[in-house]
Amino acid sequence: MPLFILRRVLQAVMVMLTVAFIAFLMFRFLGDPVNSIVSQDATQVEREQVRERLGLDDPLLVQYGRFVVDAARGDFGMSYRNARPVSALLAERFPATAELVLVAALMSLAIGIPFGIYTALRPRGVLSQALQIVSLIGISLPTFVTGILLILCFSVWLGWLPSFGRGEVVDIGWWSTGFLTASGLKALILPSFMLCIFQLTLIMRLVRAEMLEVMRTDYIKFARARGLKARAINFRHALKNTLIPVVTIFGLQLGGLIAFAIITETVFQWPGMGALFIQAVNFTDVPVMAAYLVLVSLIFVVINTSVDLLYNVIDPRLRTERKPATNAGI
Amino acid sequence: MALLEVDRLRVEFPTRNGTLTAVDDVSFTVEEGEVLGLVGESGAGKSMTGAAIIGLIEPPGHIAGGEIRLDGGRIDALRGEALRKVRGKQIGAIFQDPLTSLNPLFTVGDQLVETIRTHLPLSVAEARRRAVDWLAEVGIPAPDKRIDQYPHQFSGGMRQRVVIALALCAEPRLIIADEPTTALDVSVQAQIIALLKKLCRERNAAVILVTHDMGVIAETADRVAVMYAGRLAEIGPVKQVLEKPNHPYTAGLMGSIPRIGPRPERLIQIAGSMPRLSDIPAGCAFNPRCTRVFADCHVHRPRLAASGDGAVACLHYEGARP
Repeated sequence: MPLFILRRVLQAVMVMLTVAFIAFLMFRFLGDPVNSIVSQDATQVEREQVRERLGLDDPLLVQYGRFVVDAARGDFGMSYRNARPVSALLAERFPATAELVLVAALMSLAIGIPFGIYTALRPRGVLSQALQIVSLIGISLPTFVTGILLILCFSVWLGWLPSFGRGEVVDIGWWSTGFLTASGLKALILPSFMLCIFQLTLIMRLVRAEMLEVMRTDYIKFARARGLKARAINFRHALKNTLIPVVTIFGLQLGGLIAFAIITETVFQWPGMGALFIQAVNFTDVPVMAAYLVLVSLIFVVINTSVDLLYNVIDPRLRTERKPATNAGI
Repeated sequence: MALLEVDRLRVEFPTRNGTLTAVDDVSFTVEEGEVLGLVGESGAGKSMTGAAIIGLIEPPGHIAGGEIRLDGGRIDALRGEALRKVRGKQIGAIFQDPLTSLNPLFTVGDQLVETIRTHLPLSVAEARRRAVDWLAEVGIPAPDKRIDQYPHQFSGGMRQRVVIALALCAEPRLIIADEPTTALDVSVQAQIIALLKKLCRERNAAVILVTHDMGVIAETADRVAVMYAGRLAEIGPVKQVLEKPNHPYTAGLMGSIPRIGPRPERLIQIAGSMPRLSDIPAGCAFNPRCTRVFADCHVHRPRLAASGDGAVACLHYEGARP
């Protein structure tokens, strides 16, 4: 078990070093950073001085090592455009994205799993078939289209919910939360729903397919033959077996939610990291782009590693310290 | 009154090419504490008969006719809660493959305690004690340790022992054992059968033992019912059916079993194979393969006629003509 964790953590570190290398290369290939720092009429001598001060004439590997060490400390340098530390910019924007993704993820689970179970248990029901059709639409419409339709419907026509921004936020330490004000919560509804639609339908369809599969297995048949209650069969025996692949996909999709948040944040002008990234791309703000890349990768890697470790909790067959069956063969 | 009465049972499967009759007009009884062997080739309808009794036929298959009575009360039309209370408590079931019968994500103890508490009014602690007792009863060493292990930590034979404990733990009066040893090593098969027989004898539970292994039947069963193409060919005391089979099909089956004896003879083989459910011949279903076939066999479908202590469905016997 500890060995397994160690191996997974080492793999995660390797992935992060690779990502950091790609992020580091951005500095070199997206124009000369010295150009963005010195004024346009700087002389060659001044340029060289800046270059030397920033360590840009050191060997590539040394520069990379410096980048990794700084990044590990949370230091990504100064934003070219905002002239503020990138880490401060990200810290400022992170709560907005985190809250948006958290709510979207919870919504996709809270709605997707029950719907999936329902459609699996009553495959021929009218509601099940309706859900299946609606979910097909949900899975195939691009999210920005659904987002704009949601704005049109709930903000423009009905006027119930705001079409942009986070509403009022409350600061708790460095974390600004929208959970504590009515306008903050209202502002969360549309963007998080838009963000979760794809995952919601995916989870629903996945739960349905897995559940149908599990219901055909021998151990469910045997559970029935033992006279267990339908509730115990459906929600204890079948659901737990269904959840293993759901955990995998959910883990992968959680990273996807953060990535898709870029689109949602753009549509709803949500002041999160995604919006910051889009700005950074527009202005070739390399430090911000690099930091965003590293940060999102870190989140991905942490989630995937956690999911791998979570399997061990759910599925006893994967716990590696496997005692050999005694009296084998009898 | 017999414990279980199966009366003119008919199981049908609607398909695109018409309805298939998997079990056709099958009648038999099982007395309290009796072991009834149900034998036949693959597809003869023996497992389907067992599944019908415990209400586990996979849709779109369904019971299309006849009655199944437990203690005189009909159980073939039960649904929902009423059916659930019969399963496990009145009728237990053991399936073929112990590797897939247990839920891989729950410990053996969880599954036992859950089953016991579903049917008996016991606390968790009491149910757990009883679960440990059951594991000991089915011959699992160190049951108080093994109870917290998962199915994958048990060998195939050990798992089938757990399955037997699960089927018996609510003290049902009838066990349907559907080829309980087919998936196991030969060396383990006899042990499992002996265990099942012993436990059921002790509790006076009846057993319907579905198998195609005549050796197991000879060892275990009190009476045996032979099925062919969804129909009952012959039923009677195990000694009579095995030693003096009446039906030509049973005779052929018996002749095809190698015996250890002084005179090695060539084994008899029944020519041809069992018809598919979609093209069962008119008259007696066995007529294309029968050595004693005559004109009437192609016209009349034989009924079960009393013969000795049993009954046989063959036109050569008096009373079999409809």
